Amino acid sequence: MGAKIQGRKAHSRIRVKRRSIWKDRNSWELLLLCVPALVAYILFNYIPMGVAITIPFKDYKFSQGILGSEWVGLENFKWMLTSTSMTRVLRNTVLYGAWFMIIGPITNVIIALLLFEIRSRKTLKTYQTIITFPNFMSMVIVGYVTYAVLSPRSGLMNQILNLFGQDSVDVYMNPGYWPVILTIVNIWKGIGMGSMMYFASLMGVDPALYEAAEIDGAGRFQKMRYISIPHLIPLVCIFTILGAGSLINGNFDLFYIIPRNSTILYETTDILNTYVYRALQNGTYSMGATVGLVQSVVGMILVTGTNLIVKKISPENSMF
Amino acid sequence: MKKRKKSAFDIVLHVFFILMCACFVIPLILIVSASFTSESWLTSGNGFSLIPREFTTSAYQTAFQNRARMIRAYLVTFAQAGLGTLIACVIAGMAAYPLSRSNFRFRKPVTVIIFFTMLFSAGMIPNYIVYSRYYGISNTFWVYILPGMAGGAWNTMVFRTFFKGLPESLFESAHLDGARELTVFFKIVVPLSTPVFASLGFMTLVGKWNDYTTSMIYIREENLYTLQYLLQRLMEEAAFLRGLSQSAMGNVNLSIADMPNESLKFAMCVIAAGPMLVVFPFFQKYFSQGLTIGAVKG
Repeated sequence: MGAKIQGRKAHSRIRVKRRSIWKDRNSWELLLLCVPALVAYILFNYIPMGVAITIPFKDYKFSQGILGSEWVGLENFKWMLTSTSMTRVLRNTVLYGAWFMIIGPITNVIIALLLFEIRSRKTLKTYQTIITFPNFMSMVIVGYVTYAVLSPRSGLMNQILNLFGQDSVDVYMNPGYWPVILTIVNIWKGIGMGSMMYFASLMGVDPALYEAAEIDGAGRFQKMRYISIPHLIPLVCIFTILGAGSLINGNFDLFYIIPRNSTILYETTDILNTYVYRALQNGTYSMGATVGLVQSVVGMILVTGTNLIVKKISPENSMF
Repeated sequence: MKKRKKSAFDIVLHVFFILMCACFVIPLILIVSASFTSESWLTSGNGFSLIPREFTTSAYQTAFQNRARMIRAYLVTFAQAGLGTLIACVIAGMAAYPLSRSNFRFRKPVTVIIFFTMLFSAGMIPNYIVYSRYYGISNTFWVYILPGMAGGAWNTMVFRTFFKGLPESLFESAHLDGARELTVFFKIVVPLSTPVFASLGFMTLVGKWNDYTTSMIYIREENLYTLQYLLQRLMEEAAFLRGLSQSAMGNVNLSIADMPNESLKFAMCVIAAGPMLVVFPFFQKYFSQGLTIGAVKG
């Protein structure tokens, strides 16, 4: 008897849940909470997206507006394929993107693993605070810092070189040094926060695992190899998926500020993002927007593609 | 747990980290030191050193004599970062709550609309065209606030993950008491979520405080520059800098060599970065909290 009543109750509850969407007051109230965000996304993201897929096919003139400007078909894309500077810019973007995607997680994981080996809480906090410092600084200030180190006449690096009897080098005149400089600056700025994420994840590992490994006679490196690193793999996957777009979308701040937007250095420092910014400055909107559209589309394919691959290999590590 | 004795590995480890920290601290000391060094020392090619040579505060004096522009930039930065962060957190938090509720009928479409912006962005030029030509917000204060007011898909995702972790029984009992969704959100969820609001708010604040690109792209009016862009202009343009030091000197006759140009740059850098660099490390834990919440798969 009791079971029957309960059954009926449960049944009626399901009925209540499945009532018409128009009468589902809770859902409408919840939707109300989303309205400001939705309006903002439509105004400031989706409308510009509409423009982004229109003006590459037009010869956009600021005075004539989007509707008034002439359609030019694939003209802009043809220009992009034949432009000579484009190969250089594309090469820089992709090579730096791929390199940072490999070196970033590796250095971050190594530092996180090493920090995890430090047992004194206080020392650990000190190290972490110091290496996280650049993360709070804007790229502009990092630009000043690199200038203080690299400046041809008074920089710290040249002082050290002179001390050892070497000639000074002016890196701001020589593109050859920049892949190294940009890598170092990128790691310098990002490693504090980057390693902290992995470190926080390591703190979540059950200590019993390490204790059990110790009893079995595992050394430091074996514990790293068989417990810590496998624990970090899912995080590495997530960040790689999210960062896959960076293969074509470089860090504008880094490449614009640190080489001081110097024309001499474009050979190794000019990437698609700085290129688009110059197009904006020069008023060649359609060409810049064409490059931007290609970047966005390829970026989207990269993120979804990486996600798909990760999903195939280990479904639990995929993002969506 | 037994106490292990210090091994050779421990020593190597600490030496490594001490050297690494030196690489982080020395360049910063260099900047502070340069700002206190006399101009003639800097320009005669002696180089920056870790201890200020020919100690002088003339660069700071120059900077403070013409402080109107700097104070203005500070105010703009403070206002845009504060207001922008507040609005972004409120709107993102509001949008994230429904996405965490399983009884929300419109969850799928709303999720798609928000998270698609993570995959595809309009890009610099279309944004510029729409904001400046059609919305007319370029060269106004609003360009700092409005475009980022939704808080971004990533923050929304972190909020959603956090809300999902709140115990379901909380909502059930509130609903049994007749509370409606809006009441539940503002009266129950928000007070329980201060940690996530604090950490995301802080991360957004740092981002906005350090923003210079918005000024660079949209702002022509010098009074609306953010601090970071002012600094960037100082670095880029000698003329801009000279204008600053000349107007400060007024009618006093000074030779070019006496005018603190190089040292003024670094003094401005210290003035601009200093206060925040002192404050930020204390909030570091909020950062790591936010990162750990966000790292949980949504």
